Amino acid sequence: MNQDQYRILSKRFGRRDGHRLAAYEADGGYRALKRAVGQLGAAAVREEVKASGLRGRGGAGFPAGVKWGFVPQGAETVYFMVNADESEPGTFKDRYLLDYDPHAVIEGSAISSFAVGAKLCVIYIRGEFGWLVDRVQKAVDEAYAAGYLGPGALGGAYELEMIVHKGAGAYICGEETGLINSVTGLKGQPSIKPPFPAVSGFLGQPTIVNNVETVAAVPWILENGAAAYRAFGTEKSPGTKLFSVSGPVRRPGVHEIPLGLPFREFFTDWLGGMADGEELKAVIMGGSSVPVLTAAEAMETALDYESLAAAGTMLGSGGMIIIPQRCDMVELIQVLMHFYWDESCGQCTPCREGTGWLHRIVKRLRGGEGAPEDLALLEKVCDGMAGLTICPLADAAVMPMRSFLERFRPEFEALAAGRRETEPDSRWAREIRS
Amino acid sequence: MNVPIKDGNSFRLGEQDAARFAAILARYPTRRSALMPTLWLIQDRDGHISDAAVSWTAAQLELSEAKVREVVSFYVMYRDRPQARHVLQVCHNISCHIMGAQPLLSHLEGKLGIRRGELTPDGEFALEGVECLGACGMGPCLQLGRHLYENLTPEKADALVDGLRRGDPPRPDTDRDLED
Repeated sequence: MNQDQYRILSKRFGRRDGHRLAAYEADGGYRALKRAVGQLGAAAVREEVKASGLRGRGGAGFPAGVKWGFVPQGAETVYFMVNADESEPGTFKDRYLLDYDPHAVIEGSAISSFAVGAKLCVIYIRGEFGWLVDRVQKAVDEAYAAGYLGPGALGGAYELEMIVHKGAGAYICGEETGLINSVTGLKGQPSIKPPFPAVSGFLGQPTIVNNVETVAAVPWILENGAAAYRAFGTEKSPGTKLFSVSGPVRRPGVHEIPLGLPFREFFTDWLGGMADGEELKAVIMGGSSVPVLTAAEAMETALDYESLAAAGTMLGSGGMIIIPQRCDMVELIQVLMHFYWDESCGQCTPCREGTGWLHRIVKRLRGGEGAPEDLALLEKVCDGMAGLTICPLADAAVMPMRSFLERFRPEFEALAAGRRETEPDSRWAREIRS
Repeated sequence: MNVPIKDGNSFRLGEQDAARFAAILARYPTRRSALMPTLWLIQDRDGHISDAAVSWTAAQLELSEAKVREVVSFYVMYRDRPQARHVLQVCHNISCHIMGAQPLLSHLEGKLGIRRGELTPDGEFALEGVECLGACGMGPCLQLGRHLYENLTPEKADALVDGLRRGDPPRPDTDRDLED
């Protein structure tokens, strides 16, 4: 199979000049924006994107065109924000778009802003991507100079200001209301929904927040049409998707695939299988927050929203973490629970306390001080967190916790019974704070 | 709201940074929304956000000092005290963990003679374990300033520390061979 035929979003990855305006224009860049503004109009753009079935690529998978439709008719001030706060462990795909193809992100953002009637667009880039903030700002400056952005853009046909906003290290700002509050100048703590941001978001005005990969697909969809986009993928999961793959495989990195591709084929043909001396144990398909699958379960599923849901997990962000046989699953869940505890914003008690409890109980187990009833206690704490908080961070901790417990229970039981199957890494045990 | 700057506050922006600050205010729709970029402007210059800077920022953006301070303390990348010259931040999240973040941290502890979370006595180096840096397929990795060093081995980590000591660090992996 020729893997290059699926490169809609990744065609400039690895190119030395791919981030330059001249290279992007030579590839037909900004033609879609001109057509959107000059010929189609906002309503037709919204319809085309809706017809393409493009689903939000940040993790939730909500159809982008439908989300855009939630902006109240006749709203005077609308804001558009691009979520480039890529922080979900295992996920590093948006980073490639921002690095190698910033103009695709800018053009997609401009078209999307135009489609929802926004005159201010904010690209929110996580603070740890310092070099990308510079790269994208340079590209935005180029786009202003070329007349694609600004008050009299495209000969006065529309207007759009674009701000590149640098985050400062907070996973929670990837949640859309946390992101909006962060841009407002507040702590990045999420707000309760409803009202949804599309109705009342930034400064109380309708605000649409879309992921980088979502907006980057928009110019291609307008250029080639919704039907061409739907030629890739499945009926419920149209198009292509970037998967960022980490762990000991032969070819880790960012791979663009047609949705619906069997995992087995992706693993063998795209990733080249496991690295020498490694054996597959488990797979986290879509970022650290989705339930883990055993190797056997992974081999039977396909990479699209509905197949992964049927397998008991989620496509999420496409941050695929390959776990080798040598890994201790209790150790890995300790790493993850430390993360969620560290990143909980602290406003909801079930999350603030629950993530800490999960972390401490797992740590106690690994320290050899666990008891058989700890497994039931972990489950009970999960029950007290899931679905009971303002934002999904608590659920994001609970999903891996429950699935690790369910699918790799003997490893937990051995520790709880005082049997140690693997020696704890004393270095790791010492490092954990608290 | 009129927030006075505390008496004796000597915090000032230079001419260039003052122009940058004015541009931020012009670009953001409210004064409050200019808070994060203003804090970055200050930290990029001073290396941290001092009490005087908090007071100055509060006055400029018409916020209470508490509202500025809570943002400084919420985001881990804002620092409220002076830092080591080189802060090595090693990702210890799941993907890097699988690929050897803990042995790397241990190696750097040995190389620098400090434990994670500590500072070398000469104030040159700090070593920290941090959460996911977004380089999962290139782990283990570490963050230094605006860039990342990726696919780290003990040898590559040694070369980085030695290079920093000499004032001639190797090029970061994210500083790619792209046209300017």
